[in-house]
Amino acid sequence: MTELLYGIAIAPFKDMVGSPAFFAEVLIGGVFAGLMYSLVALGFVLIFKASGVFNFAQGVMVLFAALTLVGLLERGVPVVGALLGTTAVMVALAWVIERVVLRPLVNQEHIILFMATIGLTFFLEGFGEMVWGANVKKLDIGIPDRSFIVAGVQINQLEMFAALTAAVLVAVLGIFFQRTRVGRALRAVADDHEAALSIGIPLKTIWLIVWSVAGIVAIVAGIMWGAKSGVQFSLSLVALKALPVLILGGFTSVPGAVVGGLIIGVGEKVGEVYWGPLVGGAIENWFAYVLALAFLLVRPQGLFGEKIIERV
Amino acid sequence: MIYREAGQFKTSYASDQAIFPIAQDRWFVGLATLAALVVPPLAASEYWLQAVLIPLLIYSLAAIGLNLLTGYAGQLSLGTGGFMAVGAYAAFKLTTAFPSLNIIAVFVLSGVVAAGVGLVFGIPSLRIKGFYLAVATLAAQFFLVWLFNKVPWFVNYASSGTITAPNRTVFGVIVTGPNATAPVRYVTALALVVVFALLAKNLVRGRVGRSWMAIRDRDIAAEIIGVRPLRTKLLAFGISSFYCGVAGAELVFLYFGSAETFAFDITLSFLVLFMVIIGGLGSILGSFLGAAFIVLVPILLTNAPQSLGLHLPVALQKQLELMVFGGLIIFFLIVEPRGLARLWQIAKEKLRLWPFPH
Repeated sequence: MTELLYGIAIAPFKDMVGSPAFFAEVLIGGVFAGLMYSLVALGFVLIFKASGVFNFAQGVMVLFAALTLVGLLERGVPVVGALLGTTAVMVALAWVIERVVLRPLVNQEHIILFMATIGLTFFLEGFGEMVWGANVKKLDIGIPDRSFIVAGVQINQLEMFAALTAAVLVAVLGIFFQRTRVGRALRAVADDHEAALSIGIPLKTIWLIVWSVAGIVAIVAGIMWGAKSGVQFSLSLVALKALPVLILGGFTSVPGAVVGGLIIGVGEKVGEVYWGPLVGGAIENWFAYVLALAFLLVRPQGLFGEKIIERV
Repeated sequence: MIYREAGQFKTSYASDQAIFPIAQDRWFVGLATLAALVVPPLAASEYWLQAVLIPLLIYSLAAIGLNLLTGYAGQLSLGTGGFMAVGAYAAFKLTTAFPSLNIIAVFVLSGVVAAGVGLVFGIPSLRIKGFYLAVATLAAQFFLVWLFNKVPWFVNYASSGTITAPNRTVFGVIVTGPNATAPVRYVTALALVVVFALLAKNLVRGRVGRSWMAIRDRDIAAEIIGVRPLRTKLLAFGISSFYCGVAGAELVFLYFGSAETFAFDITLSFLVLFMVIIGGLGSILGSFLGAAFIVLVPILLTNAPQSLGLHLPVALQKQLELMVFGGLIIFFLIVEPRGLARLWQIAKEKLRLWPFPH
């Protein structure tokens, strides 16, 4: 018993202090992993903010974007052309989704829309594989998956790049939401559909924009994840990784997605390295959820979510 | 015009509150149950029993369980697979530890174990609502499956990591295990699902069900009029997990024969949620219809190209199946967001009046 307590409460911290360089490496690894989760979570947040839809298909949109990009590159399209082509495909996809799925389901309960996006997940999974093939593909974006050493700490170049991209993306989205006319309209729609409609904000256009932006975020996430682990079906499972990030940060907050991602990423890595061996490892699958749950018990709306006000 | 209920007067409170107040409905359901009991074991082939009817009944039970929680009490849960795993592993541990215990009792007891676990994971629901809760229940899903995977005690230290249904008898007939015939397993599953469906139906008509629905429709208002959220929500989690646990135990003992934790992963949770939503939230009948839809459609899709004379490559067929399945789900949600049960209800209303407009 004392041994177990020692293993839980003392030994991990001793290890951390004992080799600070390794601890820093774990931390940095966690930060990078967390930003990668944030990239996926961002797509969720955008759509939830503007349309109240919990878009489970975000993960498969990431996969679909990556598949399209790789497919175009394989067919000899230059990089810029492929990126533009993929963007066009994602915008078209957003248009079709708005037309076929969302419009007939306007004003339905959240759970129904949630289910519809799961249906969409199945469809896109089949469609993407049918068009682009099911085998694992490599996505090479010209940045080697190498590491360099700063002050005795190993840093992976690719992850570094992904982290920077995520940071830039968040900044751009933040400006887009806070400073532009469209962004203000988006926030109005998020606040109240009917009120927004009544003052002349075109709901359908707004939804199209939001889903397109989420599609573009999916492309970025797809590139980063694809470069890291290859473009394959398991890419769509990153959605499951993004969910705890989402509830931790709050469904409606862009900064929340980033901070949530960082907490989950670091917590997960540190937990796995220092406490994982105690229970036989592989705790990454559920540790993030339990961590998020613990936070939620204190703040039910997530860290940055809008305060839930309930009326009768 | 399909039937007339003219002349059937409700003269007592009991007859007014009956599950099937109309005699024709009573007869129809009674006969349908009887037919389900008699016809398939005699007429259906091994394939139909094993691949279609047995899973249909078991999934129906799981769907009823989730429907109690999500459809009636309004608590969205994605942990169904985890709770079913608890039932399955509890049943395995119980029946290997007490081989003489009746297998039906084992099923019920493993349901109780699952209910206990469900209560624990239901506690966050007191503070977290909606999609936050749904994601939080995923914690249960991933944690439980990981636990059963990691701790060898749950599989009796079997090196294969699987649990296998041993031979167990009820009234001298082998019900589970490799020697149990498909008709016997079918009848067992049917008997269980009939009893539990009846129980659920009565539960949701009574005080408990009404308090669930009050919480679902507006929890604060319910609290103000004196429904206790703590007790009501936890009860919903407990009873729902009980149903899921029994279904999970049946899944291994009556259907798969042996299983790994992989059988209870997140896909199963989504599958059961699909059944509940396609069938109709807040409807016991809907749980059956939804289970039938989810079990039958993939089989239909697999066999459709061949019967049309098309020979598609395996990969392409798999992808088409996914697409059509996803498309159908969206289609049905658009046609009737309240599910197949609602469609059935509308059809019945129409037929009752047909051919007159009013």
